[in-house]
Amino acid sequence: MVEPLQQPERRNPLRRTRQPSLPPVGRSRAGMLLTRAAAEGRFALQRCDECGAFCYPAHDVCPGCLSTDLKLTDAPDGGTLVSETVVRVPADVYFRERAPWRIGMVKLDCGPTVIAHLHADCGEAEPVRMSLQLDKAGQAAAFARPAGDTANAADDRQWREMTASPKFRRVLVTNGRSAVGQATAAALVAAGAKVHVGIAEPWKPFEAGKALEACTVVPLDVTDERSVRDLAADIGGKVDILINTGEHTRPGGLIGRHGTATIMDELSQTYLGFVHLAQAFGPAMRARGADGIDSAAAWVNVFSVYALANWAAYGTTSAAEAACVSLSHCLRGELRAGGVRVVNLFTGPLDTEWFQTVPPPKVAPKAVAKAIVSALESGVEEVFVGDVAEDVRQRLEANPKALERDLGA
Amino acid sequence: MAKPASRRTPYDGVVITTPVTIPYQRYSIESAQWWIGRALRALADASGIAARDFDGFCLSSFTVGPDTAIGLTQHFGLSVRWLDTIPLGGASAIAALRRAARAVQAGDCDVVACVAGDTNHVDSFRRTLENFSRFAQDAVYPYGAGGANASFAMIARHYMKRFGVGREDLGRIAVAQRANALNNPHALMKTPLTVEQYMAARPIADPIHLYDCVMPCAGAEAFLVMREETAAAAGLKGAKILASIERHNARIDDVVQNHGGWVADIDDLYAMAGLRPDALDFVQTYDDYPVIVMMQLEDLGFCAKGEGAAFVRAHDLTIGGDFPHNTSGGQLSVGQAGAAGAYLGVTEAIRQVLGSAGPTQVAGARTGLASGFGMINYDRGLSSGAVIVSGDG
Repeated sequence: MVEPLQQPERRNPLRRTRQPSLPPVGRSRAGMLLTRAAAEGRFALQRCDECGAFCYPAHDVCPGCLSTDLKLTDAPDGGTLVSETVVRVPADVYFRERAPWRIGMVKLDCGPTVIAHLHADCGEAEPVRMSLQLDKAGQAAAFARPAGDTANAADDRQWREMTASPKFRRVLVTNGRSAVGQATAAALVAAGAKVHVGIAEPWKPFEAGKALEACTVVPLDVTDERSVRDLAADIGGKVDILINTGEHTRPGGLIGRHGTATIMDELSQTYLGFVHLAQAFGPAMRARGADGIDSAAAWVNVFSVYALANWAAYGTTSAAEAACVSLSHCLRGELRAGGVRVVNLFTGPLDTEWFQTVPPPKVAPKAVAKAIVSALESGVEEVFVGDVAEDVRQRLEANPKALERDLGA
Repeated sequence: MAKPASRRTPYDGVVITTPVTIPYQRYSIESAQWWIGRALRALADASGIAARDFDGFCLSSFTVGPDTAIGLTQHFGLSVRWLDTIPLGGASAIAALRRAARAVQAGDCDVVACVAGDTNHVDSFRRTLENFSRFAQDAVYPYGAGGANASFAMIARHYMKRFGVGREDLGRIAVAQRANALNNPHALMKTPLTVEQYMAARPIADPIHLYDCVMPCAGAEAFLVMREETAAAAGLKGAKILASIERHNARIDDVVQNHGGWVADIDDLYAMAGLRPDALDFVQTYDDYPVIVMMQLEDLGFCAKGEGAAFVRAHDLTIGGDFPHNTSGGQLSVGQAGAAGAYLGVTEAIRQVLGSAGPTQVAGARTGLASGFGMINYDRGLSSGAVIVSGDG
């Protein structure tokens, strides 16, 4: 039985902020396959192509038939908790600070035995549902939850370590004027967050609408380094989740354009905006990664899926987005030291004015917002929103050259 | 169907001599090389055989890295024609004496110095845990289960539930060993332990409590293996090896470990020795946790599986009792000096059958068993071994 999480009390400014420590980060090369699965929110294990056996921990050679053909394969997530312990005196600093910590041995229905973090409602000899989560070190960790639904399940202390739940966290959404920004702010309020919404040029008319009534609107022009720094000076120490919804979508390719004005705008709004935000908010977030139940937890980027494969019709926009993806990997490495995760959402064309002439399917801003909340609550790192994004993801894996030819047509 | 008698070649003509212990320290600023070197020197001093006449060297250590046995030959000025590094943790001593015995029996070398030693710097235990094995690194250490405590806690909990074992049953083992340790001047634990204290100890990883755990420390243990005539020429008393077994990664169908590898070869052990368990004068089990001792008592044939608790209730495990067990106090009371923990029971067994155990001597001990268990690579201890030795008292 998990007690519902209580709204954290205001911080005593005289108390030292607990410095982040991380769980053990080392994994073998093969073990990193599971980190990939965890980042994508899949429960996948290595499976031998020859004998069909699942294996765990990560192997290089199948213990059943000595084949080296072990492929990461989605696995049935059922299992039974066969033993458990409460670790009260761990050797490791991260766990020592969080002790007592409950772990168990789960016999998976698909064969292997897994040592896993346990949800409080898992009972011995009872069925459990497994997932791979990213822990604070950004590495895969097996997690067992009860097979059925239980009350306040998401508020479980150990589960919350593996996610970036917005409940009781303070969130900054960067672009309150965009449809995605507004939908995201509303969804986060509904998920229990306290939300700041940034808008550029606040003297211009702004129809916040009912959805944003519960939010605090703040001035934020991401293209302006001063503006970003000013906001960070005000609220940087209490931003637990930052949602970078910056977008600047302009149709057009490369050689049909004269000059660089549009391209500069794209880079300024997206790439440099990202740089300003990261430099202003990143350090405090990294320092607050272990600051209680409303610690800094996640940085979310909303990217076009064409960041991963250039769509010539929006060629320079795609390139600017690609630069942002590269930058996000840098930021991910830097924030990992604080246990703060970077979540990248890749969307297909949005159902907004800048994709007006693009035929469906298009992604509703609400769907992006829903995906953001779901990513934070489930703890994943890479999300593809909508049919087009999913199509691009699959085709990139299947044959990137074919995709390139199609998108360049 | 009765199993055929062992067809293995007896260890005829081979003896183990000169058990030495370098007294343990909780923490040491010295290196593993220093501890191992001291053990080697002690072997030379106690045997009267110069170290340069050791032509075989067998090493076990967790903390000697990046060195292995070869690096230490140069470090210690040894010129050997037989060399081994045995990284089997708690099963290292059994493996070492088996290999050394065959080497001298075959004439590949004449005198093997078998040494295990480890240092314990303030952070070396944590470092050893961190780098213990790939599976542990990938699938155990990231769960806060660094070290054996959490893994053995899950094994213990499962075993206790399955066979109806209470903590107080396991406590009997720890309490009896502490009583034995009070006779051992080298034991780190020097105060008596009662069942009440055992039960009231703070939990470490349920159901493992403080007195279920060994204390990591620095130390070294060693012995010599040679042919009988070599020992006689040097005026050394030696213990004979009646039988030995080792087994790794046994019983993979135990979802949670209920058995050690002994269970696979136990008939062979007693057949080779030509005796039954009740003929033994003492037993030195590998006691990283009392639950492993209980499992061993079953798997080594002293009682049936699931009857370990009844067995320890029915017997007195102290030096003067009807089932003298871990007479030095074992790792639980002496301390666990890394790989030397594997040797602790073996050196004590040699002393017992040679009649040189001093204050921990079991009266009239001639034949005894020592066992080893080690390497919790992922979810279970993989290595196990046992030896039956005899001497003239």
